[in-house]
Amino acid sequence: MKPSLTSPDPLRLDVRNLSTFFDTDEGLIRSVADVSFSIRPGKTTALVGESGSGKSVTSLSLMRLLSRTDSTQVSGQALFTNRAGETLNLLALPEPAMRRIRGNEIAMIFQEPMTSLNPVFTVGEQIAESVRLHMGLDRAAALAHALRMLELVEIPAAAQRLHEYPHQLSGGMRQRVMIALAMACNPTLLIADEPTTALDVTIQAQILELMRRLQRETGMSILFITHNLGVVAHHADDVAVMYAGRIVEAAPVRALFASPQHPYTQGLLACLPAQQRKRELANGETRGKRRLYAIRGQVSSPLAPPPGCAFEPRCDHALAACKEAMPALESAGPQRVARCILVSEAAPLVTETA
Amino acid sequence: MKIPLILKKLFRRRIVLGAAICLLVVVLVALLANVITGYDPNETAVSQRLSAPTASHLMGTDELGRDLFARIAFGGRYSLTIAALTAIGAIAFGTLFGLVAGFFRRLDAPIMRVVDAMMSFPDILLAIALVAILGPSMFNVVLALVLVYTPRVARVVRASTLVVRELLFVEAARAVGVSTARILWRHILPNLMSPILVQASFIFAYAILAEAALSFLGVGVPPEIPTWGTMVAGSQQYAHDALWVVLFPGFAIILTALSLQLLGDGVRDLLDPRLKKSM
Repeated sequence: MKPSLTSPDPLRLDVRNLSTFFDTDEGLIRSVADVSFSIRPGKTTALVGESGSGKSVTSLSLMRLLSRTDSTQVSGQALFTNRAGETLNLLALPEPAMRRIRGNEIAMIFQEPMTSLNPVFTVGEQIAESVRLHMGLDRAAALAHALRMLELVEIPAAAQRLHEYPHQLSGGMRQRVMIALAMACNPTLLIADEPTTALDVTIQAQILELMRRLQRETGMSILFITHNLGVVAHHADDVAVMYAGRIVEAAPVRALFASPQHPYTQGLLACLPAQQRKRELANGETRGKRRLYAIRGQVSSPLAPPPGCAFEPRCDHALAACKEAMPALESAGPQRVARCILVSEAAPLVTETA
Repeated sequence: MKIPLILKKLFRRRIVLGAAICLLVVVLVALLANVITGYDPNETAVSQRLSAPTASHLMGTDELGRDLFARIAFGGRYSLTIAALTAIGAIAFGTLFGLVAGFFRRLDAPIMRVVDAMMSFPDILLAIALVAILGPSMFNVVLALVLVYTPRVARVVRASTLVVRELLFVEAARAVGVSTARILWRHILPNLMSPILVQASFIFAYAILAEAALSFLGVGVPPEIPTWGTMVAGSQQYAHDALWVVLFPGFAIILTALSLQLLGDGVRDLLDPRLKKSM
């Protein structure tokens, strides 16, 4: 079951068979099912999938931030190796110990920089709060540290910005503040939940470059949650593709983009304009205007999942056997796994999409 | 935003400025009662009973010859104190219950059903019943009014808490390891200050009226303590011959309550720009 993304180093985070259920009025929803992946020290693992595929629920489950009143059930293991080299299961830690890890060992950046800062406090106070909680500094020292963090994330006139409120900053600026806040206690793992989705393209590039620089300097690991494959190609070391709450394919980034094994991954890549163009050139097609490829159909309802492979109703390669049972996640080459019976039948799937 | 700037924006509307000045005058008169009035509020002079306003008795005298201006000034101390304590108490308890009900879903229904039950009584009736049971004293009046207004605050605070608790910065605070108590106190409460402030000013005004009404009905402050309510209550039978005995205390009540309401409106408009009328 466990993807074979292992390396000789101890893993920073090793997630095993993580499942998250929500007990709703309509029934039990399996939002994350049997998800396993790992993150190497100093490396970036990207979790890719469309909206509702369970990416964010995975990250919230790992941080234990799902509210306890939602009748949420989380099972599995998340083995995290902290600075001191101890390995802890995040899903079984008592709450006070978990609080010491949040913001300290594991920090998080959210998608919406507009609302993830408290409007009634200055940005300096908000960064200082985390520092005071985890590093025990006094107010003045914490503010001085906050200033250094703002300078670290390249905010111009940081000394002035320190005393400004979130509404006085632009979106890109706020995301920098969020990164400063996340970096304040020098975390070993940064969970970035679509950190650039709300930003325009030039700012996106700056923020990603900043995160990459900070990773180089501090050696932290990053769990990068995104639906943007272009960003994945440039910034991730390993990729796990999620569909309907399950990992359907996991591989090192180059291998995944070079030869996607699962039909869903192939479909995702085929949706990229550049890929389409490449394909057309290769086939000698010269027709100018063509519609972009789209995966047909839509994600099945989590309340009524298909009996077999979750992707079967949308898959161009579906066989009768696909309707019967969910295929297992099986080895599909060095360091990679895929959840598709076509792959496990050892006949490498043709990369061409119909 | 700096304090002077806030005041400048608040007072840009003349009527709000006027209300603030009126309120300031009322408070100053009450505070300086022993300096600006030449009479003991309880000193009777039967020879001068029901005297119309003159140079020596600015607002005239009541049925026992007590100086009305002195009584209104000293009575203001009691009336304003009762109203202020009521506002503080109702805000404190209402905020506590509202925060807890809004934040912890398990406690929401139990707390809010009690609140609903209390709000289903007409305000003044509930206060009358409470004082009738507890006995008339200043403390009991405050207690009864706090009980009456706490549910109102709790409901407003709960509604705002429900909105704020879902905002991403609360989750972000949790993600940096902030404890639940600290999230409530440091992250959610400051975001509720505008509705709380507006409620405070309205409750202050309601409490002035309610205390007057309770005293008028004889279930408020004991008659020997001069409040604006007891003054109207005690002198009402002479109103036909000497209008001033109820006119001036009544005027004090109206002026103070109206000023507070206008000030509350001004604060609300300042804090919630969506409700701002065109100026």
